[in-house]
Amino acid sequence: MTATVSSRTPARPLKQRSENSRARKSKVGASALTTLTWLIALIFFAPVLWMVLTAFKQESDAASTPPKFIFAPTLDQFSAVLSAGAGSYFLNSLIATGLSTILVIILAVPASYALSIRPVKKTSDVLFFFISTKMLPVVAVIMPIYVIAGQLKVLDNIGTLVVLYTSMNLPIAVWMMRSFFQEVPAEVLEAAQMDGAGLLKTLRTILVPMVAPGLAATALICVIFAWNEFFFALNLTAANAATVPVFLVSQMTSEGLFLAKLSAASVLASLPVVIAGWIAQKQLVRGLSMGAVK
Amino acid sequence: MTTAKTTINPAKLGSSGSRRGTRGRKSQAVDPSLNFSAAEGWRRRAPLLPALIFTIVVTQVPFLLTIWYSLRNWNLLRPGSDQFVFLKNYADIFLNSTFRSAALNSVLITLACVLVAMILGIFLAILLDRSFRGRSVVRTLLITPFLIMPAASATLWSVSMLNPSFGLVNWLTSLLGLPAVDWTSKYPVLSILIALVWQWTPFMMLLVLAGLQAQPKDVLEAAQIDGAGWWKTFAFVTLPQLRRYIELGVLLGAIYVVNTFDQIYLMTAGGPGTASANLPFYIYQRAFLGFDIGQSAAMGVVTVIATIVIATFALRLIFRSFDTKDAL
Repeated sequence: MTATVSSRTPARPLKQRSENSRARKSKVGASALTTLTWLIALIFFAPVLWMVLTAFKQESDAASTPPKFIFAPTLDQFSAVLSAGAGSYFLNSLIATGLSTILVIILAVPASYALSIRPVKKTSDVLFFFISTKMLPVVAVIMPIYVIAGQLKVLDNIGTLVVLYTSMNLPIAVWMMRSFFQEVPAEVLEAAQMDGAGLLKTLRTILVPMVAPGLAATALICVIFAWNEFFFALNLTAANAATVPVFLVSQMTSEGLFLAKLSAASVLASLPVVIAGWIAQKQLVRGLSMGAVK
Repeated sequence: MTTAKTTINPAKLGSSGSRRGTRGRKSQAVDPSLNFSAAEGWRRRAPLLPALIFTIVVTQVPFLLTIWYSLRNWNLLRPGSDQFVFLKNYADIFLNSTFRSAALNSVLITLACVLVAMILGIFLAILLDRSFRGRSVVRTLLITPFLIMPAASATLWSVSMLNPSFGLVNWLTSLLGLPAVDWTSKYPVLSILIALVWQWTPFMMLLVLAGLQAQPKDVLEAAQIDGAGWWKTFAFVTLPQLRRYIELGVLLGAIYVVNTFDQIYLMTAGGPGTASANLPFYIYQRAFLGFDIGQSAAMGVVTVIATIVIATFALRLIFRSFDTKDAL
């Protein structure tokens, strides 16, 4: 900016000087803003950093006052967590999250197709119905679900979690996928129709590839919410089907407070979603804004 | 529903027709094209049905049972207590002061968390909507709290951060010469709010940032040429354009925050006493610790009705703003 000004206005040194100083001032302002942004980001991240640091400490270092910032890092806590049987909980979480996400996509794609590309009657009512189920507080239905699951003998069963996680994420997925479908240009669909492509063929060959980024965003958000879900898992599972959050809580309550071990368990529990979210930031933003507001 | 004569009323909630009909998909604009035969109607409806039936079965059947339970005096601790009592449970909960304080906590926690997280989110989004060194790193750092498992974040805050003897927060305040505070027992609601705001601010920030980046640059330049300063441009140009994103954030945030359970269960267990219990936690307590099925079911029903009423107003408000925007 400064360079163009000075090269273009050699004949007006006064003006140039004032523009220069303005540029310098705004440069100072900009770096102040940048510093502020970095500072806030570090404050927000500090608890996570502290959790990670604590996970690499010995228990005595973890619980020291004042807090220890310099210490000999160790992997003891991670191996303690893993030998405490974390593996089966991770497997359960993986199955419940994976299967429910697949099921959500299988159900949501055709449904949102029906609600956007070829709208059915009462589209808005159906959409409202879907989102209204998200407003149903889960505690209001936990007792009947508990009783029904008990009678069907599916308490402490991953399948139960899969069904519940699917119903938990389906409304959001339908809304998101609908907004992504609406961005598909009408001409493309008309062309497919003229070529005589049926519903399944159009979906498979044209629509799904075109909304693939939206599909990824939807799946990512379903994965986040399913992996992190705690309430159903707490109340409906025990030894066989318990997921990672339940494991985490068992670490907290069963044998007193082991701060470093708890931190290691927290790090391991959060890691898959954090990494997925970091990698797919762009999709995450698109998904969260539901594409709707574009 | 069965014949071709009905036309959809797009204005009822806003939605597809009026919003999208104006953009691109003109051939499928609502009124004429939805006049189709019954067979075509079912053909169009078929892809929707699996999801719809699944959702109805999994969410509505249990809720109908909840209503049925709520009319019964059923406590697992008192065998033989299961009998029909009509609306007695409802009368009881309105006289129950803990229910009232839990309801108040629910409202307070939801409002405060969504409001504070949104204001912070807007502020951070503005800071991030400039190019500067390390911007993507900063964004990555900022979104991390949203990605941390809520159960992990709850234990992190209650144990590592707010613990009175070795928590990081008290160590920091002690550097300023302030006395140690037992946060989770002295200020339980505030402690929960801190953890919740920390978790939800990134969500709001991401949404608002998406809104800022979708802003047409020519409008901003026009405002600048007209001599509007930063603040004026923000208040009169940017903020109105962000409105949808803000509303969406508030709505989605509220849906999730009103159901907050993990943080309360893990940070304060609703305590001390029931000081920090919200409705989800209190209902859970009555059901799984008090074994009072009838009571907790009635509370669930009341919560659902209240949530739906409030949410309907909110949804309609948002849809209206969508429509007026498109009308412009």
